[in-house]
Amino acid sequence: MIEALRRRPGLRAGALILPATAFLVVFFVAPLFIVLAYSFLERGTYGGVVWAFTLENFRRAFDPLYLRTFLRSAYIAGATTLLTLVLGYPFAYFIATRRPQTRNVLLLALMIPFWTNFLIRTYAWLTILRTNTGLLNAALLSLGLIREPLPLFGNDFAILLGLVYGWFPDMVLPLFAAISRLDPSLLEAARDLYASNRQVFLRVVWPLTLPGVAAGSILVFIPSLGAFITPTLLGGGRSLMIGNIINNQFLAAHDWPFGAALSTIMIGIMLLATIGYLRIVRRQA
Amino acid sequence: MAQECAVELRQVTKRFADVAAVRHMSLEVPDGEFFSLLGPSGCGKTTTLRLIGGFEIPTEGEICIGGEPQGYKPPYQRPVNTVFQNYALFPHMNVYENVAFGLQMQKVPIDEARRRVAEALEMVRLSGLDKRRPNQLSGGQQQRVALARALVNHPKVLLLDEPLGALDLKLRKAMQLELKALQERVGITFVYVTHDQEEALTMSDRIGVMCQGELLQVGTALEVYESPQSRFVADFIGDSNYLAGDVLSVDQGVAEVALAPDVRVRAPAAPDVRQGKRASVTFRPEKMHINAAPDPSSNQLTCVITDVVYTGSTTTYVVAFRDAPRIMVRQINEEVSVGAVASPGDQVTISWPVGVSKAFLEEGAGD
Repeated sequence: MIEALRRRPGLRAGALILPATAFLVVFFVAPLFIVLAYSFLERGTYGGVVWAFTLENFRRAFDPLYLRTFLRSAYIAGATTLLTLVLGYPFAYFIATRRPQTRNVLLLALMIPFWTNFLIRTYAWLTILRTNTGLLNAALLSLGLIREPLPLFGNDFAILLGLVYGWFPDMVLPLFAAISRLDPSLLEAARDLYASNRQVFLRVVWPLTLPGVAAGSILVFIPSLGAFITPTLLGGGRSLMIGNIINNQFLAAHDWPFGAALSTIMIGIMLLATIGYLRIVRRQA
Repeated sequence: MAQECAVELRQVTKRFADVAAVRHMSLEVPDGEFFSLLGPSGCGKTTTLRLIGGFEIPTEGEICIGGEPQGYKPPYQRPVNTVFQNYALFPHMNVYENVAFGLQMQKVPIDEARRRVAEALEMVRLSGLDKRRPNQLSGGQQQRVALARALVNHPKVLLLDEPLGALDLKLRKAMQLELKALQERVGITFVYVTHDQEEALTMSDRIGVMCQGELLQVGTALEVYESPQSRFVADFIGDSNYLAGDVLSVDQGVAEVALAPDVRVRAPAAPDVRQGKRASVTFRPEKMHINAAPDPSSNQLTCVITDVVYTGSTTTYVVAFRDAPRIMVRQINEEVSVGAVASPGDQVTISWPVGVSKAFLEEGAGD
């Protein structure tokens, strides 16, 4: 056996990736197909599924009620992506153009808050934003800057804030990588060829860092689309996203097949986004 | 002034932190000249080019282009274009888009731009490759795109930063002649930075030799090669032999130097060489003779051959004179049948005309 591995490098490589492959098949590929299979089955009375084929779950998913939630989720995820991009690009550019030591310190500073659990950080925002007892409103009220508490909580603003905060590093890191790969002589060449600062950015910097923009956008858009902790805690239970509905179908309504159908549709959307990303990257190469 | 000055540097100094990259540099490049800045890496030649291009601003002094002081003008407001060391072609644009970039930025009408790009591509013999991406081109082709991209803007001065450095030897030699021909055709002033002395000699109307931020000598290829004004220039351009000795006398600009108590040679003296100082006498390997008939206007040394190196067109004899560093004597192999005139171990007399050598003050022996 060992001798055979030694003689055939192909076999050896296969043996080396076998554990990872097995892990992915058991805990990733198989569950994905289970979700896909369940989405075509009928619901059991107390959760679980009845083995009978139906398209009913998908018909229900395209009910205007759920469709509106999908659109809302896509809108919030899209807005989150756009906001992290607008905030993250200058930030990443700044870090990427520092000296190496400064660069590492700034990257570390970006990462440190994220060593704390996501749930705890979201609770922290809750104590800051809460309408009457929140730190921010209380401070503004006591300073006399406002008369009425500002509507900072239990709305889309709070969800967006929580999501932008939560996924900011996922946008900044790919952008940072793309920007630090930029050859500075290209920027000098553009300036030499009469480009203003704005034109240098639009014609050279932006197109060349587009793969980073796409990667960051995917990394932010996908988890934002499926978010359920942030809308639950900061949305005040009213501003629902598709993640909350899926969560409810499995844990509260015991309608596994419908939850599976909604999940399948969401995975489909994510797949399309990823394909879009790959096309952008390929066009660059 | 008969000819307009394309580039003029007046007492330009550039300091980075407390390191002076360029020191009190003054230079005039007349219109239409192919001027090379030659020097070892770190001598300040690229910084000088960046100062002219506006990528750096002088700490002191002034730079004029076409007679106009440039002050703090950024690169895009100067009538110059640059060909960068690694070409810096935009990888996401094809050849046409790369070359048209400068024209688009200047808002040149599209028809005119199209005509000028076609012209520029034809000039560098790249017609038909408009749609290629830079990574689909060979090194030589990329180099031509970079040239076309700069020349299409009709700059007053073209700055070139070691543009041939990345090419292999054969291609580099071909491009040298092509560049020179191109420059003569378009009549644009070229300021060319290189560390390759042969390249500078091949292409330039005049050469400026730089060392440690200072411009040591400016002259034609002939002038800097045949009459170097400092030991560094003699050393950096071409091969040179050195022999150190005490200056016995300086008479009408010719120094008599004692290499040993009983061996004296004569050489035209640099201005700072005076009686009683140490001096090194330099002379070129190819200007020397082996076992020639004695001649009162030549210096003569008796040496022992240590090595004979045959390199095709020439044969180099390495000879030892007492404990002095090795001396090279180069002979052209004019006829096939003539083999080496001497072999290692032979005692020979080497000689060279007094006029082709020069005595410089030994380094570290100044006042």
